[in-house]
This record gives sequence, structure tokens and C-alpha cells, in this order.
Amino acid sequence: MVSTQETRQTVEKVGSDYKYGFITDIEMVKAPKGLNEDVIRFISAKKQEPEWLLDWRLKAYRKWIKMEEPEWALLKYKKPDFQEIYYYAAPKSADDRPKSLDEVDPELLRTYEKLGISLQEQEVLAGVAVDVVFDSVSVATTFRKTLKEKGVIFCSISEAARDYPDLMRKYLGSVVPAADNFYAALNSAVFTDGTFVYIPKGVRCPMELSTYFRINEANTGQFERTLIIADDESYVSYLEGCTAPMRDENQLHAAVVEIIVLEEAEVKYSTVQNWYPGDKDGKGGIYNFVTKRAACRGTNSKVSWTQVETGSAITWKYPSCILQGDGSIGEFYSVAITNNFQQADTGTKMIHIGKNTSSTIISKGISAGKAQNTYRGLVRVLPNAENTRNFTQCDSLLIGDECGAHTVPYIETKNPTAQVEHEATTSKISEEQLFYCLQRGLDVEESVSLIVNGFCKEVMQQLPMEFAVEAQKLLGISLEGSVG
Amino acid sequence: MLEIKNLHVEVDGQKILKGLNLKINAGEVHAIMGPNGAGKSTLSYAICGKEGYEITEGSIFFKGKNILELEANERAGEGIFLGFQYPVEIPGVSNMNFLKAAINSIRKYRGEDEMAAVDFLKLIRAKAAELEMDPEMLKRAVNVGFSGGEKKRNEMVQMAMLDPIFSVLDETDSGLDIDALRIVADGINKMRSPEKAILVITHYQRLLDYVVPDFVHVLSNGKIVKSGDKELAHQLEKEGYAVLGIDENAA
Ligand SMILES: Nc1ncnc2c1ncn2[C@@H]1O[C@H](COP(=O)(O)OP(=O)(O)OP(=O)(O)O)[C@@H](O)[C@H]1O
Ligand SMILES: [Mg+2]
Repeated sequence: MVSTQETRQTVEKVGSDYKYGFITDIEMVKAPKGLNEDVIRFISAKKQEPEWLLDWRLKAYRKWIKMEEPEWALLKYKKPDFQEIYYYAAPKSADDRPKSLDEVDPELLRTYEKLGISLQEQEVLAGVAVDVVFDSVSVATTFRKTLKEKGVIFCSISEAARDYPDLMRKYLGSVVPAADNFYAALNSAVFTDGTFVYIPKGVRCPMELSTYFRINEANTGQFERTLIIADDESYVSYLEGCTAPMRDENQLHAAVVEIIVLEEAEVKYSTVQNWYPGDKDGKGGIYNFVTKRAACRGTNSKVSWTQVETGSAITWKYPSCILQGDGSIGEFYSVAITNNFQQADTGTKMIHIGKNTSSTIISKGISAGKAQNTYRGLVRVLPNAENTRNFTQCDSLLIGDECGAHTVPYIETKNPTAQVEHEATTSKISEEQLFYCLQRGLDVEESVSLIVNGFCKEVMQQLPMEFAVEAQKLLGISLEGSVG
Repeated sequence: MLEIKNLHVEVDGQKILKGLNLKINAGEVHAIMGPNGAGKSTLSYAICGKEGYEITEGSIFFKGKNILELEANERAGEGIFLGFQYPVEIPGVSNMNFLKAAINSIRKYRGEDEMAAVDFLKLIRAKAAELEMDPEMLKRAVNVGFSGGEKKRNEMVQMAMLDPIFSVLDETDSGLDIDALRIVADGINKMRSPEKAILVITHYQRLLDYVVPDFVHVLSNGKIVKSGDKELAHQLEKEGYAVLGIDENAA
């Protein structure tokens, strides 16, 4: 039939359809290839870090070399050779970090224009403050002044290490300890840049904060570290976006995000992850090994993770909530799409420690092509956590016969008053649904996009407006050619 | 407008339509009746281009175009609409968004601009009112949790919105209460015009009392075995298919 042939052509096109796959030609400063204590010293010196931070890194490194790469995830991949990676790459011009946008290398600004992110404050993202991380360094942070007036600190983590040592020493590694797991330990040793946010007591952050991560250099790992502290009764909504060029070799991205939420405070953290997924034959793509964790330390503190994961060859990621304060709330809304040879093992951990804590998990996994998609989630209720509640819903959608969806829920309750509910469904895009849409005039791609967006609605609704539209389109693009 | 010649259709290797001929001119309303399993829905799918309905012989021309070369969505773009016997549920997609996407896709196919949001809202409110559908239903997910009758009425709202040139209505009357049948029939009659044509598939005379057809055909065992005017439907209602020598149990 005509359609089958055309669909095949579309499928063949997909690999080259990643529109963020270009490379920016810019002069870079790099650390020597491979990892040892000297490289860590090099990074730390480049960033003019205080002594304590170098020590902290070295300690993490010494633990990391004794650790084993985890194997429990449902992922198959060639383990990275950690001596073949560059751990530091920075645009040369960023050696003296620009003080204003006028001083940013125009080539970099053009890169971000191409990515749809205008750093000119008055433009597209007006109303959203942006921190931009290019390979290993933060190259621009916008809206600083407006934020400063409210006492909000929004800067790169390298700057924070120099300018806000007290906050950094107090909180860095307090949620994700340096040797928490293999990738977190690696990150602690070599993290290069990332974002630091502090919202003072009683302040509602006047705008969305956002960080945009971009991997550009070949053979370079990105090890970003983000630290967000929401002091008592404060609120912030933070967005994170990521892209990378198309390259035939795999590239490593191992990030750590720590969030501290104090009394009555709330943090909303949204991610649209669109790292290069590799081509249609599974060649290249980003290895995305990320540790994200939030600690709700005060009464009624609340954290909400929303993620739309469409990119990366491998995704290993479990944004978690430690619900320590009484009455604290953790939420996890996730859409994970895998197509072609992509693999995702993602989910969350909800650790109920305080009384009357509650958590909600809504996970939507979509697999197409030969992809594998696993939800892995843990709900743990500790003995003193009276009257806790959890609701988990995991829905999987399969497109085609060669992909897989797996749900691995772990539930451990040590308190009899806990109410834990788990629902799971697996469905397929049916021929009937597809034909119904086609008969109304939508083409195959539009139909799949519509059906998938409908399937993910509860999660997409959680995204801030600025992101929702982009994310919706992304769902459609990621699945192009997936229906035959 | 629509000319079907010697149509043979197979599904999963099973021959369902076996040399069907049908010609429908602009301005006409045709009714197809016939026992269960005769191939009526199969005919509607073949006209609309459903995947898996293999045309092994014959041709379908619509307004002089060989539509067998077109994808299902392109046929919709040409102005062909199917009111489904079993409308499909699409969770999470509101009726509104679904229709907006449909209208704009068809407009794109025709090289027209997207419909302005205000115009769309006006239009959909008007059409829902004509078909006496509660506007709240427009916000609900497509057909999800709709009753049988509500689904059929929703098909009619979609037809009214998309304003097709040729509509196939597959048992749109089944499952409707008496009032709903009248409302739906009014909706169908509104689509009657000298430039348009309608093919209704039905088991019952009662719809044809409201939507009076120009021609009635009986489909049995993959072929049209008898054609006539509206009197044929009356005759069948009274005497059953046996009078045509058709065994109702063996389609
Ligand atoms: N996938 C399939 N494989 C085999 N036979 C099929 C398949 N789909 C449909 N059929 C058969 O094709 C025949 C025609 O079906 P169709 O739905 O067109 O009948 P119909 O005339 O619309 O019947 P009804 O009045 O009950 O709606 C039936 O015998 C049905 O079982
Ligand atoms: Mg039928």
C-alpha cells in the first residue's frame, strides 16, 4: 500500500530529523583527556574554587574509583570508557566570564538563537530568567538584577562556590551525598557547571527560572550540578531544557540535582530533556545518567517534579522526594518516550518519613520502534510516618510490535496506617483510533501526536505554559515515522 | 460523484466484497440495507481507505479522481466523511481540540489557511446547538464515556463541522432514542444539497421515514443484489430479506 511505503521513507528520515543536531564551531579550552586527580585539580583551579571544594571533589573521586557501575537497570549499552572522555571543555572566551550579554561570543548567541532560545532579555522568553550552560561552563545568566532586588540568587554553581560559600558548604551534597551512587560520585568529583538558586524566606520568585544545557564538544562529558534551596515559605518554578549535536559516538551526561525545600516552601521543577537520541540504527546518542533528589525538610513543604523525556540513547533517572517534614508533599509527573533503539529506565522514589506526608506518581511511558521503556519506582513508608498516602499510576503505550514497556514498582510500608495505591495499564495505539483520526483528515504523524498527547495529558498539564507548547510538539517529532 | 465498479475487497485474506457496483450522483441520497455481515461496513471502509482493506479488483472514482491512490486522510481532504458504526474513543483529547485539528488538517490539504479560533468557537457552538448537544460535551474527551446515542450524535456534530461533500453514515440511527433520531435525521437532511451526496447504511425503515432516499440497495454476500426506490425499503420492512431469496443467517 502507498502508506506503508511512505511511512518507511519517513522512518528512514527520522534519524536525520533531530533539528538540534548542529555543531557550533568555537574555540575551546579543554582539560587533558581522561580522569585522575590532576584533572580534578585542573577543573577546580579553572573555576577558582575554594580549598574545601577541591577536597570535597577529591574525596568523591577516591570513593568513585572503588565503586562499580550499577547493572540493575533494564538497560543494555556499552559501558563508557572513562579515560576516553574530556571532563572539561569551555569556550575560550568564557575564560573571563562575560558581565553582560554584549560580551558573550556572538557565535554562542547564534547557537542559542538556533535552538530557539534568545538570550536577549526582552525577546521570546520574556519573563523567564535563563542560565545557559555550554559544555562545562555557564555562559550567561539573564535577569539577575530583577531577581537580586527580591533577594533571589540565580547564578552558576561555580560563582556560588566563590560568592556564597556558606550556603554552598551547608547544602552541597546534603541531599545527594558525594558517594550516593556511581554516577553521583563521578559527578561530585568532576562537576563543571550548573545552576545555583536560593529563594529567601517568604519570597515568591517573580519569574520562572530556567537553565538551558547544551553539549557541543565531541568526546566531552557534561557533568552539571544544580542546587536549589527554597527557604521557609518561598516558592519557585524552575525549568530545565537540554539538547546536543548529532554525533556517531555516545556521549556521557551525568548530572546531579539537589533541592532543599524548607518549612511551607514549594519548588516546582520541570524538565524537557531532548538530548540527541542516536540515529535510527541506534548509533550515537547521549547516555543520560542523572541523580535528582529533593528533600522536603520542613512542615508542609512541597516538591513537584515534572519531566518530559524524549531524547538520549539511554536514560537512567529517578527524581526522588524525601518527605521528611510532617505534612510534606511529593509529586512526580513523567512522560518518557523512546523510539528506534532508545532505552529508558526511569521513575521515582518517594520516601515517607514525616507524618501525614503524601505523594503522587503519574508516569506515562511511550515506546515505539525497537525501544525499551521501564518505569521503576519505589514508595517507602518508614515506621514513624503515620497516615501517609501514595497514589501511583503507571500507563504504558506501545506503538508497534517490536518495542517493550515494563513496570517495576517497589512498595515497602513499615507503618500500618499508610494508604498506598498502585494502578498500571498497558495499551496500544489501535488501528481503529488511527483510522478514526485519518478519516477526519489528520495525517499519520498528526494522528499519533494527537493520540499520544491525549495519553500524556495529565502530565503535560503540569508543565508551565512556556514549556507546554514546545513539549507537545516534541512528542510528535520524537515519534515521527513510528507508525507503519 | 461516486462511481464504484466491480469492487472486490479482502480482509485478512477473506473475500468480503465480490464485485460491487454503485453509482451515486450529486444531489442524491442512497440507502444501503442488508443482513448482518453482508459487507456494508466493509464498503464504507473501502471507500474511506482503511488500512487492511485490500482492493483486489475494481475501482472507486470520486469526482473523477481515482481515490484508491489516496491515503485515508487525503480522501477526507477531498470531502469524504464516514459516520462510524462504532465511534472510537480517544482518551485525553477533547472533542474541541480533535475537531480543530481535523478542520485545520483538511484546510491545509486544500491549501487554505487555518480557521481563526473565534470563528471555530462560533461554528462549533452553533452546530452543537443545532444537534442539541450539551456544549459541556465538547470539552470532554472524544467519545470517552459517551453513551451509544451520544456517540452517534457526536458523529453528526463532526459531520456538520467538517461539512463534507459526500457522507457515508454507517448505522447512525442505531441506538438512538426517538427524539434523538429526529434530531439526527434533521442534521442529515441539512446536508442534502444539489452539490452533495449521502449514503446511509441502515437496518430500519424508521430513519428512511425522515431521510427519504432517492435509491435503496440491498447488499448481500458482498454484492448489491437489488436496487429500487424508497418503496423497496418498505417492502423489506414488511417481508424481510427472504422475499429476495436471501437467507438472513447466511450473509
Ligand atoms: N478482519 C477480518 N477477518 C475476517 N473476516 C472479517 C474481518 N473483518 C470483517 N470480517 C467479516 O466481513 C464480513 C462483513 O463485515 P461488515 O462489518 O462489513 O458487515 P456489515 O454488513 O456491516 O454487518 P452489520 O450489519 O452487522 O454491521 C463479516 O462476515 C465479518 O465477519
Ligand atoms: Mg456494519
